[in-house]
Amino acid sequence: MPVISERTAPRTPRHRPAPGPPAGPPERRRPRPSHSLWPYALIAPAIAGMLYLLLYPLLRAVLISLQDFRLRQLISGDAEFVGLRNYRTLLSDPRFWEVTGRTFVFMTVNVVLIMVISTLVALMTERLTKAGRTVVLGALVLAWAMPVVAATTVFQWLFHSEFGIVNQSLTSLGFDSFERYPWFADGTAAFVILVVLIVWQSVPFAAITLYSALTTVPTELYESARLDGASGARIFRSVTFPMLRPIFLLVCSLEVIWTFKAFVQIWVMTRGGPGDATTILPVYAVQTALSSQRYDLGSAASMLTVVLMSGVLVLYFRQMLRQEDESR
Amino acid sequence: MTLLRPRGRRIPLNAAATVTVVVCLFPVYWMISTAFKPSRDIRSADPQLVPHTWTLDHFRRAVTADGFELFWRNSVLVTLGAVLLSLLVALGAAFAVARMRWKGRRHFMLMVFIAQMAPWESLIIPIYIISRDTDMLDRLPTLTLVYFMITLPFTIVVLRGFIGTIPPELEEAAQVDGCTRTEAFRRVALPLLMPGLMATSLFGFITAWNEFAYANFLIIKEQDNRTLPVWLSSFQNTFGTDWGATMAASTLFALPALVIFLLLQRHVTAGFAAGAVKG
Repeated sequence: MPVISERTAPRTPRHRPAPGPPAGPPERRRPRPSHSLWPYALIAPAIAGMLYLLLYPLLRAVLISLQDFRLRQLISGDAEFVGLRNYRTLLSDPRFWEVTGRTFVFMTVNVVLIMVISTLVALMTERLTKAGRTVVLGALVLAWAMPVVAATTVFQWLFHSEFGIVNQSLTSLGFDSFERYPWFADGTAAFVILVVLIVWQSVPFAAITLYSALTTVPTELYESARLDGASGARIFRSVTFPMLRPIFLLVCSLEVIWTFKAFVQIWVMTRGGPGDATTILPVYAVQTALSSQRYDLGSAASMLTVVLMSGVLVLYFRQMLRQEDESR
Repeated sequence: MTLLRPRGRRIPLNAAATVTVVVCLFPVYWMISTAFKPSRDIRSADPQLVPHTWTLDHFRRAVTADGFELFWRNSVLVTLGAVLLSLLVALGAAFAVARMRWKGRRHFMLMVFIAQMAPWESLIIPIYIISRDTDMLDRLPTLTLVYFMITLPFTIVVLRGFIGTIPPELEEAAQVDGCTRTEAFRRVALPLLMPGLMATSLFGFITAWNEFAYANFLIIKEQDNRTLPVWLSSFQNTFGTDWGATMAASTLFALPALVIFLLLQRHVTAGFAAGAVKG
């Protein structure tokens, strides 16, 4: 989580507003460098875990993506290197590009909705009375704690064509076209439900984090801005948002990562269907690898996903940094 | 801040708050209330917000379904194993980072941050192949190890933040009084670390309890080693259109997470603030 604070404020914890739990001890209190082996012994298990369970699989994935690796090779184990052939196959496949485009649409729609809604919820929560705040935070926590698979199953039930409460409410409100409307049979409708589900699941975390960041903004700043005659929107733009920017950036990049990798909801709810309407890159990679037993193509698709996701994040960070420079 | 606000603004504000609460809670409420409704009320043209009659039939059917206890036990074992392992390993690493000076400390933290962004969903295929080659496929310890690794970076980061808030003087004083370094840590720092340990173990619990993709693709032949999320997702196929039983099963699966989360709510927010803001 703290990538950003680590980068923007190395070694200067005292210059940041000290929020939340008691501020850490000043840096000078740290013990002098020791030459004992203790620290290395203490981190050894963590290092071993990361090497064996993260780095090694990652290297294997790269390797497999460069091999001819299908069911036969999985059994016999003598895969042949084919260079970039798998990547060429993918990049020349129009279906891959469709899926990639859909992934970006899916990611953008989700992240924009999540960020807008959770910012509004955070701002609203801050203005509530203490009792109201407790209720809202409690509700957010409960939605957040709902396990993904359980929430997905519940949404299937809410949008059930015959007995789902959504169709019944819409019909009783006079939208007769929703009588037995089969949400999961239509590509766009299934896509919409997945967006609703993911936004519902993601807003609590983002809103709570943004809210805890909001509580650290000193009240004097608002008061002086109001005395200067600033409007609500102006205060948000000139006071609140700049103070929130590091956390906002952090939450936003986490949401980019999470929605780019959204797999469980889609797999449990639609398996990427109907047709290909809800297939995004992670679903495509698993389909290719495990259902068509093209482990090589699946790995290549996974690696391309990682590259694209890192690309989005780098672009996004550069954009944010540039804006920051301009506003100075 | 609230004092400066004119009274008239309260109405739209409270309306927005009500909408937020209803939207957040309705799916959870609908799951639980459906689980208690008799089947004929579930399949009725006008749904009732509050069940007229309550029944435990659906829960009975879910609990007596094939292997329910087994999958429940599997999930608990895997989750506890992963959480304990990651707490233990992370506590050591976090202590080394927060309290000791050594060459490579910053590099180690950078590695942890990168690991936190790891593309787990992209590693299913190689982990599947590695597990198969080492005869670990279809076994619960494999899942435990994977979940341990998924939760480890976050746990290190948050615990480091918490250890940073405990003044080293406290331990030094205990050491002067004759404790060894380990003893001083155990008696003085560890109790102060409890909120941090709770926040991180909760995060680990939710992650492992929830995890579906690895459980679905690494446990294939040994159906007895499946975990609850996989079982739940296959529930509808087994029970056809029995939505009462499906919602009862979902409730039973979600309940531990909901209860623990609500109980530890305060520690969670404190933990997130410590991890996110302090760095």
